[in-house]
Amino acid sequence: MAGKLPSPEEIAAIDYNLPETRWMDTPAALREGVFCHAARGRDIEAVHMPNPRDWRVEDDDWKLPENWKEIILKGLKERIERFRSLQLFMDICVRCGACADKCHFFIGSGDPKNMPVLRAELLRSVYRNNFTLAGKLMGKMVGARDLTEQVLKEWWSYFFQCTECRRCSLFCPYGIDTAEITILGRELLNLLGLNIDWIAAAVAKCHRIGNHIGMEPQTFKESIDFLCDDLEEITGIKIEPSINRKGAEILFVTSSGDFYADPGIFTCMGYLMLFHEMDLDYTWSSYAAEGGNFGFFTSHDVAELLNAKIYAEAERLGVKYIIGGECGHMWRVFHQYMGTMNGPPDFLETPVSPVTGTRFEYAASTGAVHICEFTADLINHGKLTLDPSRNDHRRVTFHDSCNVARGMGMLEEPRYLLHHACNNFFEMPEETIREQTFCCGSGAGLHAGENMELRMRGGFARASAVKHVQKKHAVNTLACICAIDRAALPPLMEYWVPEIEVTGVHELLGNALVMKGEIPRTLDLRGEELPSGPNNKG
Amino acid sequence: MGLPYALIAVILLILISWTGVQGLGLTSLFGIVIPYLAAILFFTGFIHRLIKWSTAPNPFRIPTTGGQQKSLGWIQHSWMDNPFTTFQAILRISSEIFLFRSLFRNLSLRPQTDLQPVSYASAKWLWLFAIAFHYALLTTLFRHLHFFTNPVPAPVRLVQNLDGWFEIGIPQVMMSGLLLLAAVTLLFARRIFIPKLRYISLLNDYFPLFLIMAIATTGVLMRYVDGIDTTSVKELAMGFITFRPSVPDGIGVLFFIHFFLVCSLAAYFPFSKLMHAAGLFFSPTRNLTNNNRASFHRNPWNKPADYHKYADWENQFREKMVEAGIPLDEDPASPKDKE
Repeated sequence: MAGKLPSPEEIAAIDYNLPETRWMDTPAALREGVFCHAARGRDIEAVHMPNPRDWRVEDDDWKLPENWKEIILKGLKERIERFRSLQLFMDICVRCGACADKCHFFIGSGDPKNMPVLRAELLRSVYRNNFTLAGKLMGKMVGARDLTEQVLKEWWSYFFQCTECRRCSLFCPYGIDTAEITILGRELLNLLGLNIDWIAAAVAKCHRIGNHIGMEPQTFKESIDFLCDDLEEITGIKIEPSINRKGAEILFVTSSGDFYADPGIFTCMGYLMLFHEMDLDYTWSSYAAEGGNFGFFTSHDVAELLNAKIYAEAERLGVKYIIGGECGHMWRVFHQYMGTMNGPPDFLETPVSPVTGTRFEYAASTGAVHICEFTADLINHGKLTLDPSRNDHRRVTFHDSCNVARGMGMLEEPRYLLHHACNNFFEMPEETIREQTFCCGSGAGLHAGENMELRMRGGFARASAVKHVQKKHAVNTLACICAIDRAALPPLMEYWVPEIEVTGVHELLGNALVMKGEIPRTLDLRGEELPSGPNNKG
Repeated sequence: MGLPYALIAVILLILISWTGVQGLGLTSLFGIVIPYLAAILFFTGFIHRLIKWSTAPNPFRIPTTGGQQKSLGWIQHSWMDNPFTTFQAILRISSEIFLFRSLFRNLSLRPQTDLQPVSYASAKWLWLFAIAFHYALLTTLFRHLHFFTNPVPAPVRLVQNLDGWFEIGIPQVMMSGLLLLAAVTLLFARRIFIPKLRYISLLNDYFPLFLIMAIATTGVLMRYVDGIDTTSVKELAMGFITFRPSVPDGIGVLFFIHFFLVCSLAAYFPFSKLMHAAGLFFSPTRNLTNNNRASFHRNPWNKPADYHKYADWENQFREKMVEAGIPLDEDPASPKDKE
């Protein structure tokens, strides 16, 4: 793959010139390096989705069912009736263009169909043609067009060039949300078994096994034990977490990226240290181990299917509430969907911190608290001893995850943690952070290997902002609270802004956390030498 | 691309009304029949659309959050951009309706520099054009109420006087009309001069702009150039809304053109993007509260998921779990073990 990836100079020379032909007359180019591989039949079958078969994007024949057009139009009609958002967003766009240059994929590619307004027009044109009077009467003249195989392929191409980050929806005067368009557009494609491999494979594994990499329970336990062994070496403290333990007070769920891959595992070590230090009565679950909901990138039904296991497990184990780890779209689902899809969870209680006694009233219905909220409350009550100088070798900036920023609004909590966990913190430019944050370019299931060019283009805007603080403040660390970020940002940084390390917030917190009975700390959670500070001279 | 067609369509509308009234003398058609038809289309179309929107549910509570959530008490909550209560959500959507708050955020991509390849500059001009246009339109519409009321209510007279405070000569200059014309021209100009916008623009975008331009122009011409018998027009207007329609003598053809264009706009309105005016009120990313975790949001068509149950999962991995010392629901020696 790496061989095919153009150089940063080549990609940075973005051509914003528009094609000569009108967008409707410009067929979508399915280009290697941009598109993702097609989903495999067995993964589609695993969750009983329609039209399972093996097919290839490169082939002309996508092995669609005979009546594919009918299926799509029927599906579209159903969704228009079921989702006010879709109907409204199909009807009211005035094409003012405010969204156009807000999309990281447009910024990084210059492809006009990556302007949110045109991404929506791809679907809207078919809506007009089949569901509006003007479209039926006047056709192409009023932006309507027939649904052809060409159009379908165009949908596939561009609904998988959107990370559902909602940056456009922040700037839209009517709040038109391209994430809704993309989510429902992909849902329509999935009616024909058109998914991408990276998503479909993860969905199947989450469903049958319990996490997106298909790690079996015994391996899951080994992974956690392995992290605990490392922690014992670093801190001298033996941590013994419990798995699938009934009667625990709290169920902890995070994205599986945190317990198997570098650098997510270092964040996971931070969680383990924190929970141990606070003597929390909590358990992991190997059945509902995956917080990240890959179903959300497939359809609402599959999102619900995968999410259901979390409440089911909370009920089985008899916990009082759930703490969720650092993950972006997992939290969009936890915050905006979980209660509605699989709740209300009457068996859970309003979360109360056993350490500080704080009642998380704002999570009374879903019973789920974000770990950053939980930890911020601990620090605010002076329950943690932190030595930020242990992170003095790091000059840190913070990347807000799109979903947490624009689908929840948790902006201050992680910053509060960072301010307590490290001494050198610098913000990126205002228009690239908080609610205006740029996507990593690999969200919403696009974190595959074969679409590296697309990912580098998508992350160009974010990387630019990092480069800015690297030059201005000699920043060397990019902190984030999302598992996809932790997986996607390291290659992105290596490509655009070398020598930036990516960490989770709880990794930095773990470094700074002074634990009772710890040995003099000489190593950080990555096993690298700590800078010499007041508490760690040993 | 739709530009020429949109222009031709508006010219045709002008020609139709001009020939109809001037050439064929169809004043009743253009003064009574068409206006009633347009009104019927406008109201039924509008209501039909509102019913369609309101009967489609909001299955999920999906506000786009533009600021800090309400969480821990000591963290400042950004209640306007991240509303937690219905009242806060009403304030948020009102700020969109009255102040175009989201558009006020607008930025434009700045050329690349070495230090930072991607950056933005503030771009409030779109907001400025838009807000000027909409308030000018509102004021103009409101002023026109003096044709439909007898006696003219005080607020209408007040707006008229405020609008015309800038008295230069006779007749009094109404700022709103001129501002409307200027703003609609600017909105049109950005559509043709910004390549990205020209690329995305459709007939559907140009047609209402031309129509409003033509309406404003005929209005301005009547007021400042051609003159108009306002008494007769008021008689027609009063007859129209009291359902005792009549077409008095002495109304010039320019008025009929103006009136026909307004009728066209009204009839077109509910079937077009102009419905954004009503649609904004319904926008789920703007009018919903962000209190999903605090209170349950019901999805009317939700059905329980047939997920992979724990018991089945345990059977799948029983031996491996026993070996790893992971607790089980079922006793390892239970009959199910045989599977």
